[in-house]
Amino acid sequence: METFIHAYSWIDIRFLLQGLWVTIYVSVISIILSFILGLICGLVRYMKIKYLSAAVGFVVDIIRNLPLLLIIFFTYFGLPKLGLIANPTIASIVALVVFEGAMLSEIVRSGINSVPTGQMEGARSNGMTYVQAMIHVVLPQAIRNMVPAILSQFVSLIKDTSLATIIVLPELLYHAQIIYSQNTSYLIPMYLIIAVMYFIVCFCLSKYANHLQKKYL
Amino acid sequence: MRKFKKFLLLPIIFFLAFTLAACGNKKQNTYQKVKQDNTIVWGVRADTRLFGLMSIKTGRVEGFEIDLANAITKQMLGENGHAKLTKITANTRIPLLKNNNVDVLMATMTITPDRQKQVLFSKPYFKAGQGILVPDNSKIKTVQQLNNKTVLAVKGTTAVANVHKYAPKAKVLEYGDYGQAFSALKAGQGVAMTTDSGLLAGIASENPGYKLAGSNFTNEPYGIAVNKGQTQMVKHINKALDELKKNGTYNRLIRKWFKGVKGFNIKEVEE
Amino acid sequence: MWQILTGYWSEFITGFGNTILCSLIAMFFSLILGVFFALLEVAPPKIGRAIAHIYIEIFCNIPLLVITMIFYLIIPQFWVKVSGFTAGTIGLALYTSAFIAETVRSGINSVGDGQMEGALSNGMTYVQAMRYVILPQAIRIVIPPLGNQMITLIKNSSVLAFVAGFDLMYQGDIVAFSSFQTIETYVIVGVFYLGLTLPLSYYMRHLEKRLA
Repeated sequence: METFIHAYSWIDIRFLLQGLWVTIYVSVISIILSFILGLICGLVRYMKIKYLSAAVGFVVDIIRNLPLLLIIFFTYFGLPKLGLIANPTIASIVALVVFEGAMLSEIVRSGINSVPTGQMEGARSNGMTYVQAMIHVVLPQAIRNMVPAILSQFVSLIKDTSLATIIVLPELLYHAQIIYSQNTSYLIPMYLIIAVMYFIVCFCLSKYANHLQKKYL
Repeated sequence: MRKFKKFLLLPIIFFLAFTLAACGNKKQNTYQKVKQDNTIVWGVRADTRLFGLMSIKTGRVEGFEIDLANAITKQMLGENGHAKLTKITANTRIPLLKNNNVDVLMATMTITPDRQKQVLFSKPYFKAGQGILVPDNSKIKTVQQLNNKTVLAVKGTTAVANVHKYAPKAKVLEYGDYGQAFSALKAGQGVAMTTDSGLLAGIASENPGYKLAGSNFTNEPYGIAVNKGQTQMVKHINKALDELKKNGTYNRLIRKWFKGVKGFNIKEVEE
Repeated sequence: MWQILTGYWSEFITGFGNTILCSLIAMFFSLILGVFFALLEVAPPKIGRAIAHIYIEIFCNIPLLVITMIFYLIIPQFWVKVSGFTAGTIGLALYTSAFIAETVRSGINSVGDGQMEGALSNGMTYVQAMRYVILPQAIRIVIPPLGNQMITLIKNSSVLAFVAGFDLMYQGDIVAFSSFQTIETYVIVGVFYLGLTLPLSYYMRHLEKRLA
């Protein structure tokens, strides 16, 4: 019991909160960017543009079927080869955006497919342009259908940031490891508290999202 | 419709062009770059006590190598020289150097012929050797006794090859960093952990119940590494290192970090 | 790249084998656990519902890596020694089972209450109605999402690399850092993973179209 009290001293908790902060901001940036990327790729695939849709579909299928860990390694070691300095933060954000963007594009594609084609035709015959019909008629319905899937994807994105410990991203799990590697009797308290922290963040996000969904959709 | 398609095409074309443009990555002279930026990007460890360990209080990395890196930077670039520290792990360090993520590596890295094919080493800056860390009640005294037992090590270190050489029948499990490897030892995943004795002494000094078994079974000095072909850079690092040894800074740093560490003979490493 | 593949062939094959083995074991147990907790969650007893609910929320909201680490580092301090492979497989099975439970539960719910009531009023017991009326219909609905869970499971098996589980990713790391050909090695590792996941993924898409 005493180890728990010592392990949860303010200094340690502050250090963990710094890690949690990195987890959260990497997640938020990745969520926003991957949503945009997923939307674009999903639309491209849905629209069946010659060659382009097939090419995007092929790349998305490849990325979707690879472990995220591997993609993190690719961005971390690969980006500098392209002449970019990749610090762990940028490398993990890029990896998360690419991976989750591919997962989201699949959700978006099937979401749009689930909207009856009559909706698009009706909107076009009422004088809307393709873009207007897409934005005002088809997408709102599609997004309503795919919201649960997208949200659970966001929750897994937050959990997946923990994999970036392997490239020394100073996020929650890495900070916990730093603490217990300096005093190994803190091993159990540390895992307990980070499990709770991850749980609170993910649980709150999914509950809040459910709430929003019920209220507005 | 057509307009919309074009709009979608743009980012993709941009991405492709960017990828292609980036492929024409030219080789540059590290020393010139360092001089120009007045900054050296050091790859250092954050998981090794005494050498480079992240402080829980400040969030900064502290240790012998960090101090030495700062001293060398000041020596090379003058008082305004800036040392930028990038945290790396044992298994990612060489790829990061080769990819130009970092300019220089000072990361408890033993000079080996295999690595010399990949990178360029400075003169040795620390006399290290491999040891074995065991629980206090362990009967293991020499590396040969590790045969038929499970040993824990860190990925990308010389420790693994050395165990195979001295105890061919030992089973080796490899981890991402020392924290993970030691946690695994504590969890009983193996009978001993092996790596450089300086690192093990650091772990043992903070964790009662663990000790170094016997003495070092290898002699493996650490070197500072730069990318292959950066001879100018290495020359200047060597010069700075010699000056630091001459003016006493080196010994001062050694004493600052290693004095009074259990199981560690400071006379062996002083210059 | 070819030299790496031939030079480290046995490493890659060992890793590939372990990844397949771990995935199969984890699939088996996660399916059993997942269906069990899904049934518990739709069954009438309140206490069972609460237990299933807590189980699902816990394993859905904690990262797989953290779960695996807990099995690998903490369980041995109290109980028995768990190898990296076992810890990884247990973590993977528990983690995936929560998602499977969610999938199966929503499949059962989508069958509709009318079916259950009808079956019960025809003199079937609850278990019989579940077994012969609800589940056969639910299975058809949940097969495509379950297939996606299996693909995710295979990809997630790469956490074994963190706990020295000798899977494909772990072996890939070792090859990468002893050959110094990082990117090339990871490309090979990627091709191995795609060999497992891509066919499954296309088959699932095909199945989805046929069942829809």
